[in-house]
Amino acid sequence: MSLELRDIHKHFGPVRANDGISLTVESGSLHGLLGENGAGKSTLMKVLSGFYQADSGDIILDGTHIELGSPDAAIEAGIGMLHQDPLVFLPLSVTDNFLLASPGSFAVSRSTTRSQIAELRDRFGFTYDLDAPARTLTVGERQQVEITRLLWLGARVLILDEPTTGISADQRELLFATLRELASDGMIVIFVSHKLEEVEEICEEVTVMRQGQVVGEAEMPIPPEDLVTMMFGEPIEVAARPDVPLGDQKFVMSHVEIEERLMHLEDLNLSMQAGEVIGLAGMGGSGQRTFLRGISGLVQPSSGTITLDGTDVTSKSYRARMDAGIQYLPAGRLEEGLVAGLSMTEHFILADRRNGGFFIDWDEADATTRAEIDHFSIKGTKDSTAESLSGGNQQRLLLAMLPDELDLLLLEHPTRGLDIESADWVWGQLLERRETGTAIIFSSADLDELLRYSDRILVFFSGEVLAELNARTTNVDEIGHLIGGRRVNSGAGGSS
Amino acid sequence: MTVRSGEDASGVRRAAIGVLPFLVALLFASVLILLVGENPIEAFRLILRGSLGSPDKLSDTIMVWVPLTLAAAGLVVTFSAGLWNIGVEGQIVLGAIGAALIAREVSAPAWILVPLTLIFGIIFGIGWALLAGVLKTKGKVNEIFGGLGLDFVATGLTLYLIIGPWARPGIASTSGTEPFPEDALLPAVGDTRFSPLAVVLTILAVLGVWLLLRGTRFGLKLKAVGRNPTSAYLLGIPTNRYILGAFAICGGLAGLAGAIQATGFHQKLVPSVSGGYGFLGILVVLLAGFRAIWVAPISAFFAIVMVGSISLTLRLDIDSAIGGVLTGILVLFALMAAGIRDYRQRTKAREAPPPEPEPDPVETPGSVS
Repeated sequence: MSLELRDIHKHFGPVRANDGISLTVESGSLHGLLGENGAGKSTLMKVLSGFYQADSGDIILDGTHIELGSPDAAIEAGIGMLHQDPLVFLPLSVTDNFLLASPGSFAVSRSTTRSQIAELRDRFGFTYDLDAPARTLTVGERQQVEITRLLWLGARVLILDEPTTGISADQRELLFATLRELASDGMIVIFVSHKLEEVEEICEEVTVMRQGQVVGEAEMPIPPEDLVTMMFGEPIEVAARPDVPLGDQKFVMSHVEIEERLMHLEDLNLSMQAGEVIGLAGMGGSGQRTFLRGISGLVQPSSGTITLDGTDVTSKSYRARMDAGIQYLPAGRLEEGLVAGLSMTEHFILADRRNGGFFIDWDEADATTRAEIDHFSIKGTKDSTAESLSGGNQQRLLLAMLPDELDLLLLEHPTRGLDIESADWVWGQLLERRETGTAIIFSSADLDELLRYSDRILVFFSGEVLAELNARTTNVDEIGHLIGGRRVNSGAGGSS
Repeated sequence: MTVRSGEDASGVRRAAIGVLPFLVALLFASVLILLVGENPIEAFRLILRGSLGSPDKLSDTIMVWVPLTLAAAGLVVTFSAGLWNIGVEGQIVLGAIGAALIAREVSAPAWILVPLTLIFGIIFGIGWALLAGVLKTKGKVNEIFGGLGLDFVATGLTLYLIIGPWARPGIASTSGTEPFPEDALLPAVGDTRFSPLAVVLTILAVLGVWLLLRGTRFGLKLKAVGRNPTSAYLLGIPTNRYILGAFAICGGLAGLAGAIQATGFHQKLVPSVSGGYGFLGILVVLLAGFRAIWVAPISAFFAIVMVGSISLTLRLDIDSAIGGVLTGILVLFALMAAGIRDYRQRTKAREAPPPEPEPDPVETPGSVS
């Protein structure tokens, strides 16, 4: 049996999530699909499991061309997808979760189903209780339920999207053992991940994706450096950037602990000088976002102290920290930055926190807006609504809305989704701010960007600052290794 | 200070599109009337005569227009903040209770008593609305459920007062309390119920809401909170405070409506004192496309149909419910027209969903073993 994808295209507006993907997977092997966040892995797997319909391209299973119009059709064809968040109906019992999805007749036989499930469950050493309400199961157990269910429904191709997120070490071992057994039984197992180590551990073949395209295929094992190079591209010569002399100590974190949902960062220590730029490297979800949110005050640190210009701001709220000169720009421009439906003029009025007059002087506001549009070369008019702007222009608007004087600017993926010209422009603006003493902390998935603009780089791995690197002396390989969770013995380790 | 003009060219076009559902609704109602064997033209003529044909009827229509417009104007504010203030009914009822309290318990000359009843109506309305607001901001209770619950509590409270502490001497009847003393009643023209003061207050309320949302920082921030609370919060807007502010404004206007209902229309506290104008106000606002200025004419249309259709029963063999059918169909078709328009715009623009962001593990619900 083999599964073949031919020239799959899936575009979302201007974004080419899948740009001509061709891929063949033979049965009996564990196939890894590796790539950074946004590389297009999830989109491809959703096409394969019927969630999305490809714009063009063919899917061929066992020599037969198949059409996957819905997840239902995919299951019918024998393709089962295990989502990152197992799709389990929480209020129902485990058995009901199976019955819910049972195909065929309207009447279902409870006892037959139960014995079938129990047999499958025991075969793989899963231990979940068939009568337990699904809500009481751990993420790992829900995953086991879902795998059992897909096998019960007759899946011959099993796709697992980042299956190790949020499960325990034991459950991970059991999962890997199960996958090996299924593969040796002749199933096609596709393991989607951005974790180098896991792919190295269990996959026999690996396909690497970057920016919507397949950039490499390899039989395992191969040297991890090669995988890193495939994932992130050949290191580009780092261009010289104008250096500004660093100023006085601006910002200090000592023994800070930040907790947000499942993310727990502790003993964070950092000292920054005015005009310094720190880049945060790491796979998405390794703690960078929580780090930035903790500094901005959106999440209150549970212990430790944060000082800005010698003033303790630890217990200050988000708004108080804004007033103190800390500003945060999250990655979701239209979700967490701009307000869809409001015009650019209205945005500039909202951003102007000093002018608290009750009535709005529209003439003045329009004049300010025109000047800002001119100065930041935003393509749009004062009446353009936020959602009508392109991504690059939305980012320009957000930057234009920042106050002139800032002490600390926190940015999450400041150039994500921007073309090169816009990205360069954004960095020109940001670096200019260093001259007035603004310190900058930004997260990015682009290693070149991190190396080019940072003075120092903090590498995050699974909720931990794995290393603090000098951007002048490190290189793509070293960062790539650390991002994958491998400590480097050459002394740079330890949490900042 | 300048005010940005609200209804520009696109507003006029939207209004023109708004006429179509109106015509369809009239046609639909006409067919219904034909089916029961009456003449639709005659029926519509009766509706107009029954609502505008005499000073008495005109004043009744105006006194329906007043509370309906007040409630709807308040709802424009809460809708702007992204809130479905279903509790508006209860806020009207509490306004009536506040006014009744003053009217029954305070003796003073009319020039003190009348403003005092209205002010207490407003305060009670604000209080009831803030209750829903606090439930939402502090207790994370969706305002629809909180509001609905408070509506029932308000109705229960009225009934309790009417058959309990404020019962008419000798007879505990749900028909209402004793009529309020003369000095507490809203001053009316001649024998009619028409109160120029109520009309002036209503016009001021509509203009005030329009100005608030068009020309003030408060209004703009309210809209930002309504459209995207996350972005608004990150822009430094204290979102909860603005949510409470929107509730307070709507509650105040609803309370005023209730006070006018009690002291101007019923002249006593009755169980159904809100008249359903809160729920009807929601329809008015939906039809007005959430724009304050349009609330006044649309409320007028609703008032004319409501009052006028009463005479249908008297003159023709048609139930007055046809008025409700007409307004209901109108709202339905208007919303459908808006929905179709939005759908066509969307399919034209073919707005792209964002590229699949791979979910942050931090967002993963559920426990970790």
